[in-house]
Amino acid sequence: MTTNITIQISNISKIYKTEAMETMALDNVSFAINKGEFVAIMGPSGSGKSTLMHILGALDTPTSGTYILDGENVENLTDDQLADIRNRKIGFIFQAFNLLPRTTVLKNVMLPMRYAEIPLEKREEIAKKYLEMVGLGHRMYHTSNQISGGQQQRVAIARALVMSPAILLADEPTGNIASAQAEEVMAIFQDINSQGHTIVMITHEPDIASHAKRIIHVKDGKIIKDEKNIRQKIAKHNKNIE
Amino acid sequence: MKEFFESITESIGTLTLNKMRTGLAILGIVIGIGSVIALISLGQATQQSVQSQIQSLGSNLLTVIPGATNSGGVRGAIGGGTTLTYDDAKAIQTSAQVTTVAAVDPEVSRRAQITAGNNNSNTQVIGATTAYAEVNNITMDSGTFITQQDVNSIAKVAVIGPQVVTNLFPNNSSPIGQTIRINKIAFRIVGITASKGGSGFANRDDIVVIPITTAQQQIFGIDYVTSIAVSAKTPDVMTTAQNQIGYLLLARHKLSDPTKADFSIFSQSDILSAASQTTGTFTALLSGVAAISLLVGGIGIMNIMLVTVNERTREIGLRKALGAKKKTITTQFLIEAIMLTFIGGIIGVILGITFSYGYSVMTRSLFVVSIPSVLLAFAVSAGIGILFGWYPAQRAANLQPIEALRYE
Repeated sequence: MTTNITIQISNISKIYKTEAMETMALDNVSFAINKGEFVAIMGPSGSGKSTLMHILGALDTPTSGTYILDGENVENLTDDQLADIRNRKIGFIFQAFNLLPRTTVLKNVMLPMRYAEIPLEKREEIAKKYLEMVGLGHRMYHTSNQISGGQQQRVAIARALVMSPAILLADEPTGNIASAQAEEVMAIFQDINSQGHTIVMITHEPDIASHAKRIIHVKDGKIIKDEKNIRQKIAKHNKNIE
Repeated sequence: MKEFFESITESIGTLTLNKMRTGLAILGIVIGIGSVIALISLGQATQQSVQSQIQSLGSNLLTVIPGATNSGGVRGAIGGGTTLTYDDAKAIQTSAQVTTVAAVDPEVSRRAQITAGNNNSNTQVIGATTAYAEVNNITMDSGTFITQQDVNSIAKVAVIGPQVVTNLFPNNSSPIGQTIRINKIAFRIVGITASKGGSGFANRDDIVVIPITTAQQQIFGIDYVTSIAVSAKTPDVMTTAQNQIGYLLLARHKLSDPTKADFSIFSQSDILSAASQTTGTFTALLSGVAAISLLVGGIGIMNIMLVTVNERTREIGLRKALGAKKKTITTQFLIEAIMLTFIGGIIGVILGITFSYGYSVMTRSLFVVSIPSVLLAFAVSAGIGILFGWYPAQRAANLQPIEALRYE
């Protein structure tokens, strides 16, 4: 069932070199994530989970090891080739939302499709569909700084989905928003996961991680535990949330 | 195409976010382009008016002046020499060797202060003979020109140009019979010349013509002439006339080597090319200064773009994370830089044209807009955008996405 594997990393190591010393951020990490999984990567700060996220996100390359994403080998690629991989295969959701300021919600969601050179009309159509899905159809023409943090993160989710990527990569997605909003974000994650999207979420909060179906624990650059989450928490949509 | 316009509107949107900074950034370009356009316009206007004035003097006119030249241009103190005399002029007129000359007019010409009542004006005073009018194609508006009798009797009479009338007799359009004072000596006005138009150093409307004898003895106290104007019989015999006069004067001045001549003979075309060369040099020089201000403006653009790139590090990181390639980022920032310089160029062109138009209205001179220079200005301003936007755009494009996203 190799076709079912979305992420395959084997013996990944990452060493940061400074003049004074070498730091091993990742030490021989291997795992596979199948299509349709909802995985939380947990660990304290300094555990190497951010480095892992950068490598999974094709934002950085490992010092050694192989990484196969959706059948493509992410190795020895140029910056532009990596940009292309990120554009087509990865939907990013950041802790700080990272929307373009003073730009409309709609334009923000359309941005990745612009880099894929999708025609303008088509971009608008797709962006509107996903904005409706995250419940922000009525905020399309607001600028990103006119809406709340939770709404911004939902815009970011819509933006991550427009290219129908192989994985959604969420880095502390609830770190900057209120708990009611965080619940809503988790509910959306579980919705889109049930529609077949693969989600990899990096977090240090056990409560947030408990919404995933599988939890990988990282410490000191190594995987210390990789288990199925038998007590998955189901988030409820909050009808009153704005 | 739609995508291109999208980038343009996006960059305009970004630039209008910080209007103050955008305005200051383009100021250097505005000043640079504006002064280039203004200077080129002024230079061309000057050149055209000089050319038309010199041509209006007549195509068969030769001018003999003291001092030597070489072929490269005018040398020595022109008009400052004392080697030409009234007798030289008489000899040119009467010599049997010189067969191609129609009229000869020795002149003494200097600027002097002219007063009439409470008005005064600094004007070119020309001591001349009766031939002056013929040689210079001067016609009379009213009154008479100076006569041979006036020259012989050292009469204190004056013929004035229409500009002098305007300057000294603002309320009296026909001041014939009135008195003007040249260096405090009283002259009676006997005639007013018809307007020849034009302005600047060769303005033939702003002159006072008096008998040459009076000028030499009463006003300037000299016994030489500052130039001898000669009209050839036809334009075809100009070269022959030039040679005949040259040999005659060499013989009269007892010089055997033509290269050591103590006088020079110019035709209109010689003066024309010398004048064009002078104004051309000036225009080039001033344009050079303006080009330096453009360069400084370009550096200003680069500075602002570097600041912009630095400020927007996170945005660039995000764009790269979402799949923007190096080329895309480079293009985005280049378009911004080009928009800056292009807008600066447009404003500069408008300002430059306005300035040269205002100048031409104020000085009642020609107004010339050279379309090639305007097009060149646009091309140059866009070029500066590319040149000075390139490095900041490359900086942006080469940012590593993780570093950029982490940047606070």
